[in-house]
Amino acid sequence: MKALSIQNLTKVYKNGFEALKGISLDVNQGDFFALLGPNGAGKSTTIGIITSLVTKSSGQVKVFDADIDIDSEAAKSYIGLVPQEFNFNGFEQVKHILISQAGYYGMPAHEAEPRADELLLQLGLWEKRHTPSRALSGGMKRRLMIARALVHKPQLLILDEPTAGVDIELRRSMWLFLQAINAQGTTIILTTHYLEEAENLCRNIAIIDKGLIVENTDMKSLLNRLDKETFILDLKSPLPADFTLSGFNLHRLDNTTLEVELKRGEGLNTLFTALSLQGIEVSSMKNKANRLEELFLALVDKSEATL
Amino acid sequence: MTTKFARHQVAFNTLLSREIRRFIRIWPQTLLPPAITMTLYFIIFGNLIGSKIGEMGGFNYTQYIAPGIIMMSVINNAYSNVASSFFSAKFQNHIEELIVAPVPNYLILAGYVAGGTARGLCVGLIVTLVSLFFTHLSIQHVFITISMVFLSAILFALGGFINAIYARNFDEISIIPTFILTPMTYLGGVFYSISLLPEFWQNVSLLNPILYMVNAFRYGMLGTSDIAVEIAFVIIILCIVSLTSFALYLLNKGTGIRN
Repeated sequence: MKALSIQNLTKVYKNGFEALKGISLDVNQGDFFALLGPNGAGKSTTIGIITSLVTKSSGQVKVFDADIDIDSEAAKSYIGLVPQEFNFNGFEQVKHILISQAGYYGMPAHEAEPRADELLLQLGLWEKRHTPSRALSGGMKRRLMIARALVHKPQLLILDEPTAGVDIELRRSMWLFLQAINAQGTTIILTTHYLEEAENLCRNIAIIDKGLIVENTDMKSLLNRLDKETFILDLKSPLPADFTLSGFNLHRLDNTTLEVELKRGEGLNTLFTALSLQGIEVSSMKNKANRLEELFLALVDKSEATL
Repeated sequence: MTTKFARHQVAFNTLLSREIRRFIRIWPQTLLPPAITMTLYFIIFGNLIGSKIGEMGGFNYTQYIAPGIIMMSVINNAYSNVASSFFSAKFQNHIEELIVAPVPNYLILAGYVAGGTARGLCVGLIVTLVSLFFTHLSIQHVFITISMVFLSAILFALGGFINAIYARNFDEISIIPTFILTPMTYLGGVFYSISLLPEFWQNVSLLNPILYMVNAFRYGMLGTSDIAVEIAFVIIILCIVSLTSFALYLLNKGTGIRN
């Protein structure tokens, strides 16, 4: 079953700006789906239309087969939204925000209370449950938005840049949390500027640019398209002054750091063997850039060139 | 599996209780000022000036103005509660909590209007209790008194909602109360009987809907009125139907709340 089906969706704002130029997209139930694109590409407009915050110009959107025009209540009841900007009442207490949101979805207080408590505990907000939301730190506000989106147990969770501005520790813990709820069956659509995040979490991906879908495939196939990768090698001891290694595209960054560009199919083992033969030991290795980042830039540049 | 009706009922109760919680939380801004202001009205207009005026409509002046003062506080508070609450929800973007949820537009309207009505009635009760320190009040027609105060609160809560839909900043939710609502209230027979006015101004006063509410409410409490109470009910119900239809039209269109 499709958790989300979008057909020929367009949006032209009152000022004439064409934010979406007829996009079509399917997200399967249970998927962890990345919707990526540069700023102003149309990601937030797409999410706004799915969640009824933005009125579409034309096209069709179905959420678990419920058409947002024909059966909007059913469509809305499937969705939990974590928006990009904080949008809760700053004067309301954290727990009240969750219970109210559950109530809007028809969940009575005797069900909403324990559900709110469960989420407050899971997301580390229990101690702050009676605090007005404006007094929370940025990271806590992000977690509150996730708790609020989940309080009615949605089948489709949409996260619009949920980790923007949060520290790496919190980001990692949010990844684990999202992976856990995806494993329990919740379909997740994620937009993010951290491409490492999309690469680690998502199985399928669509890239949107200037209102058009420029790529829509599974993450593995997309990453397989990379024809080269660049690695940074940290060496245990300084390189000899006359060091060369034929057959590899190497750059010496400093005496103990090498940059190596490997073509697709070139094994790392060959490189390490060649280095070992020269008595050079590698202490650590990392990608120069995130793999998805390289593809993303290539795809967005390509779409720019064709427009 | 809960029915749609049950879900809607929960959503409505949630919205209403959130609105009530809001005006109780900020009681120094919502419940206290009308009590103080109306106490001053009773002291200055009722006791000090009123003692020189003598009787009006067969009642002492404090007794005569009490229903109008109560109605004035109900109208102002019902209006400003919805105007400020709905505009704040727009301003802080937490109106999005409701838009993304499966809450139909008529329930959003009903929840906010019920919240405004609750505050109007709550303040009306406080001002009634205050008035008892200054005069004796009895209710001549219970149904007319209760239904009139209830309908008036609903009508002005609807007005506040429409104001908040169009408002783009906080100034725009104070313009109408300051420049339209307050003058209409003062000219709506709160402090005088329109029989004191020249005929031309009596006829002009009849165009003011607040005159009908104040007088019908006064009729319910004191048994005296400048207008026919039946006409007051017809006018108020017509106004409520018109404003409800207009507010729903704006919500369905997404005016002020959706891109």
